[in-house]
Amino acid sequence: MANLIDIKGVTHAYRTKAGPLPVLDNLNIAVPEGEFAAVVGPSGCGKSTLTRLVAGLMKPDQGEVWLHGERVTSPRKTVGMAFQNPVMLEWRTILENVILPLEIVAPRMAQRDRVDRAMHLLEMVGLKGFEAKRPSQLSGGMRQRASLCRAIVHKPDVLIMDEPFGALDAFTREDLWQTMRDLRAAEPFTCVLITHDLRESVYLGDQVFVLSGRPARTQTVLDVDLPADRTLDILFEPKAQEMLHTLRDQIRIAQGRDGGAH
Amino acid sequence: METFQKIAVPLLAVALFLLAWEGLVWVNNWPNYKMASPSDLPPAFWKFRWLFLEMGWQTLWRTVLGLGLAVLFGTLIGMIMGFSRIARDGLYPLLVGFNAIPKATLVPVIALIFIGQHDFNTVLMAFLISFFPIAVSVGIGLSTLEPEYRDILRSLGASRFTIFRKIALPKTLPEFFGALKVSVTLAFIGTNLVEIVSPHGRGLGALFKSGETNGDYPLMFAVLIALAVLGIVLYYAVLVLERIFAGWAERAQS
Repeated sequence: MANLIDIKGVTHAYRTKAGPLPVLDNLNIAVPEGEFAAVVGPSGCGKSTLTRLVAGLMKPDQGEVWLHGERVTSPRKTVGMAFQNPVMLEWRTILENVILPLEIVAPRMAQRDRVDRAMHLLEMVGLKGFEAKRPSQLSGGMRQRASLCRAIVHKPDVLIMDEPFGALDAFTREDLWQTMRDLRAAEPFTCVLITHDLRESVYLGDQVFVLSGRPARTQTVLDVDLPADRTLDILFEPKAQEMLHTLRDQIRIAQGRDGGAH
Repeated sequence: METFQKIAVPLLAVALFLLAWEGLVWVNNWPNYKMASPSDLPPAFWKFRWLFLEMGWQTLWRTVLGLGLAVLFGTLIGMIMGFSRIARDGLYPLLVGFNAIPKATLVPVIALIFIGQHDFNTVLMAFLISFFPIAVSVGIGLSTLEPEYRDILRSLGASRFTIFRKIALPKTLPEFFGALKVSVTLAFIGTNLVEIVSPHGRGLGALFKSGETNGDYPLMFAVLIALAVLGIVLYYAVLVLERIFAGWAERAQS
């Protein structure tokens, strides 16, 4: 099957006062339709640049980004985004926040249908009863749940997430992993998740891409060979432990340290 | 009880202030051409009641019109500065320099350029003195918009105008109203400046001036009180607008 996301030989550098700062170097990532790609790598290796490239918010210096067999040169309506900061609009209620993308993507959709769609998602993530609240009245985890609803309310083919659970406490984070899996089971979408959390990458991902230190290239790809309906307990099983170990070693190498050294 | 306290305490404070003022004049036995006492004011208001209404209206509409222009122009300049780095670098020094000029010095300049156009001159001054805070706050509000806010709409292919209308504009409203509270007072000062420095028989400033010319001290103090009341009304009008359009920001903080 054709890949839904195809990043081919992407090289990119930022122009800074001290000269060009290369962030991506001949990066290759391919994600088949419906698959979940987790991307891990050392801090500052250009992972966020990757999200902006896939979303069409910027163009790479070299190489190509393809979505659905079309070359990405500008933003498209079939993409959803979620960030570490839930980016809630404080002047809107939770429901109105979730509806926002529909106002852009489907301007002619009836308001009642928009509300139905948003309410359906809010119910799925456990925010029923909070739709009329302001974002400031919700906890960080709840805001991030609402942010996820907003990212997929317009049924995008691709969901791009840039460390969406990074600012949450460990328990809330695990709750949200579960929510993420529920959402994916209910609404199929192809997903790119940028993360620092190796357990997160193994629990959520179908493939884990390890990027090297800056400038980032694809250092290694790990197929997560675990059953599709995973529970958190699976992370404690030997197979998952082994994968986490491999990933950890790979990150060490990416950071420029030897695999066995401390 | 709480509402009673909210009303009673300020009223009591005002009453105490008037009492202290009255007492000060009485103890020093000042004649009313040195310092009018509060008890001189009601007769002054009553005597000139029609003039107060007419002049008060003059001052009010010219202030509001000047402020309205400042809102339009200030928002426009702010938008230009917020969206374009070059415009910001170019306009900012000009704005700061212009703002640094004491506006009283502009009164004769304006009076000479637009001779006899008293209404126009007054509105112009109210405008000139009050657009700066609005321009700066809108400009800063827009230029400090976090990139993620823009990205959530930009990634859907939304136009710059849509992003402005749905995100940037509402997000800047609290800053805008903060500036408007400063600007409304400034516009009021601008109006009175022209009315007093270059009087043409219109506005509360002119009434103040005529009190001075005729040695009518109670009238002058009555004008001061009238100006204070008008200033309070204008300020609270802005506050009400803020509640309506940016009330969410207040709730967000509590």
